[in-house]
Amino acid sequence: MLRAVLSTVTVLGLALLPYPGQAASITTLKSLKLDVPTSDTMFPAGPGSDAINNNCLACHSADHVLNQPSLSREAWQEVVNKMITAYKAPVSPDDAKAIVDYLVRTKGTS
Amino acid sequence: MQDQDVQPSGLTRRRVLGGMGIASLALMSSAASAQETVDLHVPGGPSTRVITTSYPQKGRMILQRSSPPWLETPFEVFDKGVFTPNDQHYVSWHWANFPGDIDVDSFRLTVRGLVNQTLSLSLKDILQELPRFDIAAVNQCAGNSRIYAVPRVAGAQWADGSMSNAIWTGVRLKDVLDRAGVRAGAIQVRFGGLDEPVMEGAPKFLKSLTIDHARDGEVMIAFAMNGEQLPLLNGFPLRLVVPGWCGVYWVKMLNDIEVLDQPDTNYWTATGYRVPDTPYNTVKPGETGFKMVPVTRNAPRSFITNIRDGDSVPAGTPASARGIAFGGDCGVARVDLSIDGGKSWQPTQLGADQGTYGFRQWQTQFTLPAHGAQTLMVRCTNTKNVAQPDFRIWNPAGYMFNTIETTHVVAA
Repeated sequence: MLRAVLSTVTVLGLALLPYPGQAASITTLKSLKLDVPTSDTMFPAGPGSDAINNNCLACHSADHVLNQPSLSREAWQEVVNKMITAYKAPVSPDDAKAIVDYLVRTKGTS
Repeated sequence: MQDQDVQPSGLTRRRVLGGMGIASLALMSSAASAQETVDLHVPGGPSTRVITTSYPQKGRMILQRSSPPWLETPFEVFDKGVFTPNDQHYVSWHWANFPGDIDVDSFRLTVRGLVNQTLSLSLKDILQELPRFDIAAVNQCAGNSRIYAVPRVAGAQWADGSMSNAIWTGVRLKDVLDRAGVRAGAIQVRFGGLDEPVMEGAPKFLKSLTIDHARDGEVMIAFAMNGEQLPLLNGFPLRLVVPGWCGVYWVKMLNDIEVLDQPDTNYWTATGYRVPDTPYNTVKPGETGFKMVPVTRNAPRSFITNIRDGDSVPAGTPASARGIAFGGDCGVARVDLSIDGGKSWQPTQLGADQGTYGFRQWQTQFTLPAHGAQTLMVRCTNTKNVAQPDFRIWNPAGYMFNTIETTHVVAA
């Protein structure tokens, strides 16, 4: 029981964090000049890797794609279509097909 | 292109990304040395992510995407208290083209459209001439926990850490709108920031609220979080805070407010971020024929933060469970724990209420009766008497997941 009481106190102590700042004291902001990382990672080489490297990396890094789950051809086609129609990626029909094939080969459902 | 150094995990630095993001992709080999990783425990993978410390003003973050950055708050942060440290507040950008260089003297917030007087407000105007207030609120991406969708869906593969809580300080959007003088016929207010699309013709990131919501006195133009100016990646110098609503509405680097006399037709408001108009926004995979509606309000959620999946817990002796909960678009009424797979529930003790829209801690004692595999579940009921559902929410884009969380433990 003593143990239970002690851990209760510990948890409530965590909850009773002090007010985390004195916002009212902020009267001015400081300019920022910061470097934001990008990525130079390319897609793993293979059939269609030129197409995906040339068309996709302008807007997002490769890890965006590499962290996606395995998806069906239909789902990958839908993703590529969305990039072209909604987000205006200037992808030629031939390249779009090569990209979908690449995605199905490397991240497709069996 | 300037100032590029080799960073861990293939990251390179850029100062200001020009119109074409490709121009700043340095042709350097990624020197992948030993990197700290985290396993997100997702069936089907990929489950492993790099932990990065390479982003400015950010500490240890889960690298979901290098550019535009998707940085997830590591889950253990949520066990440390209800307010997420600024340097671990999650980060999500739609377009890579946003400035790293912001001069506070020249920055202006424009208020225009259906108003009596167009405003061009300096940061000094905002910080020194308008009444300020504080509000605690969880900023949660609509796609939080998407990685756990069954079946899996495309999109940012967030685990449970695209949510963060802060005390926000700023001015009322209502006061700013009043200063401009909203004219009769206003329907919506549209918000834009300094981020720009990379591709010509692509839709600039904009979101809109109804005029009544915009004037409710809670929607904030924030200039500080947890008592400090916003980190660049969280929207410095100003961001919209829409308490109780999904993070997509919380426009970062806010510099443009437009009062509309027609419904907003831009992509992000009229087309993107859609869920089925069904209870809990859930449908069966493959189901069709339902209406789609925008994501709006957060839904209640709760998490155990001190016991992780696969942990060993002593059997036959009291153990402590604690965690966080939030009500979504209102406060937390109760949090209950189940140790028998959801058949019975025991109440937990709530920690101090530090803001209706913020995280609330809960804690309790429990005793697992038998050795072997056991299931812990935690359920939040909010002050509108909405509880987390026990069925698995699924929709095509993986939004608004708030199913009761389950933690599998071994009683030993």
